[in-house]
Amino acid sequence: MDTPALKNICTQVRRDIINMTANAGSGHPGGSLSAVEMLVALYFDVMNVDPKNPSDPTRDRLVLSKGHAAPALYGVLGEKGYFSTEEFKNFRQLHSILQGHPDAKKCPGVDASTGSLGQGISIAVGMALGAKATNNPCHVYAICGDGELQEGLVWEASMAAAHYGLDNLTVLVDNNGLQIDGSNDEVMSLGDLNAKFTAFGYRVIELGDGNDIEAVIAALKIPPMKGKPTLILCHTHKGKGVSFMEDQVGWHGKAPNEEQRAQALKELEG
Amino acid sequence: MSETKATRAAYGEALAKLGHENDKIVVLDADLSHATMTLTFAKEFPDRHFNAGIAEANMVDMAAGMSRMGLIPFCSTFAVFAGRSYDQIRNGICYPHFNVKMAFTHAGVTVGEDGGSHQAIEDIALMRVLPGMTVICPCDANETYQAVKAAAEMDGPVYLRLARLATPVFDPMPFTIGKGNVIVDGSDAVLFTCGIMVNECLKAAELLRQKGMNPAIVNLHTIKPIDAELVRAYAAKCKRVYTVEEHSVIGGLGDAVADVLLSGGVACSFKKIGVQDCFGQSGKAMEVLAEYGLTGAQIAQTIAG
Repeated sequence: MDTPALKNICTQVRRDIINMTANAGSGHPGGSLSAVEMLVALYFDVMNVDPKNPSDPTRDRLVLSKGHAAPALYGVLGEKGYFSTEEFKNFRQLHSILQGHPDAKKCPGVDASTGSLGQGISIAVGMALGAKATNNPCHVYAICGDGELQEGLVWEASMAAAHYGLDNLTVLVDNNGLQIDGSNDEVMSLGDLNAKFTAFGYRVIELGDGNDIEAVIAALKIPPMKGKPTLILCHTHKGKGVSFMEDQVGWHGKAPNEEQRAQALKELEG
Repeated sequence: MSETKATRAAYGEALAKLGHENDKIVVLDADLSHATMTLTFAKEFPDRHFNAGIAEANMVDMAAGMSRMGLIPFCSTFAVFAGRSYDQIRNGICYPHFNVKMAFTHAGVTVGEDGGSHQAIEDIALMRVLPGMTVICPCDANETYQAVKAAAEMDGPVYLRLARLATPVFDPMPFTIGKGNVIVDGSDAVLFTCGIMVNECLKAAELLRQKGMNPAIVNLHTIKPIDAELVRAYAAKCKRVYTVEEHSVIGGLGDAVADVLLSGGVACSFKKIGVQDCFGQSGKAMEVLAEYGLTGAQIAQTIAG
């Protein structure tokens, strides 16, 4: 798919995020908007997936470790055709397949149930190990937030990824710099993430602009390094694409009201 | 019945045997494979044994991921670490109902010398509250083999509670998940029990018979789903109900039986024998068991009054 078409999908997914959270009156628009390019790049260009056959054993896997970015994942899965985009209006409603956080039991295309932060890399490591143990050629991806890197389990899992030489695993970090109580540095400094992940045994690729779809795709297409997991450290902007949400900590877990929805959608006319 | 064997040892043997029959079975450890007895499996199937290091939470979530690739992972560690990996068991495995088995050894106070920090008296409570979790506590080596086999054959999360202490191996009994076994029939009292306390209850029943009582012993190896029909039938028949467990009296087998009796409207007396809301301590296994009133003689005394 060419770059303008991919950019159009990114814009549409951003509109989906605004509409889903505004309709629900809750949800997490900020961290959903920062992760759009990663998800669009994966599902529309990089991953070997077929929305008509979401249980294909050889499909590539994605674990959205930052499960609160569910609206971004749902937007991408819906636009890709895993389910009707009519489902978007049911986000966070009773009996919906689109739960507040991704539910593998309910939603087609969701490979792991997430929402309790810090668990995604572990689950992805298990999938990548399982793939190797069963000679499954698939590749496993995980998307983490930066705030959740404060969870110790992230580092347990990273140690295991390197120990087992999981070159079929790629972790993307959505480094938007903000978490609920403030900036990462105010709450609990993450320090030099590139150095830390390198020391833990990843081949680290750092992207100055993780909201540049061409750059994200180029990084994802760098061939695996034998015997090493890859980590793509994506510097992004929380609330990307909506002027009044960008880099604003207050939009972590707050839905737009009708006036804000209208303004956001106007900015996202593409 | 002269042979003794710990259920953890039987677990290791069961895995090594079942590993030949089912190539989907994989085993995970957290640096305790010498103690959880999975070493034989690890030697026979080095490509299907994964050591997570001292990182129980990561072990459990890795198992969640492996189950998604069609494998049947058995996670092995000490029962006291159920708490440490609880969020992963809850959200990583039970919430999506993944096919992962947690076989946690060294449960209860008969861990002995290591002391209260290592004696899980809360794990049944933690596990039975999770939707979709099956909870099994086998009474001996034979039942452990049957439980491991049945766990591997069913789809969904299973918690197997296993012991460190070597206890008698009984003649094989029928085993179906969710179906209790009447080990000794009786008429004037019933002891609902599980795990290594089955053996203590047998000792207690012998002493009670010498005093003219005729107690029944029912082995509820599956604590969830509990065999409600059998519980109601024996409570109605015997009228005096005792639950006996090597676990806190809060949230364990006793509460599971109480739930059945209260909602079933069975008229009976009821007493829970177990660890009375306290942590354990160091000592030889049987000394510690006695400290908490859980030996056969003490159980008989509690019942005879």
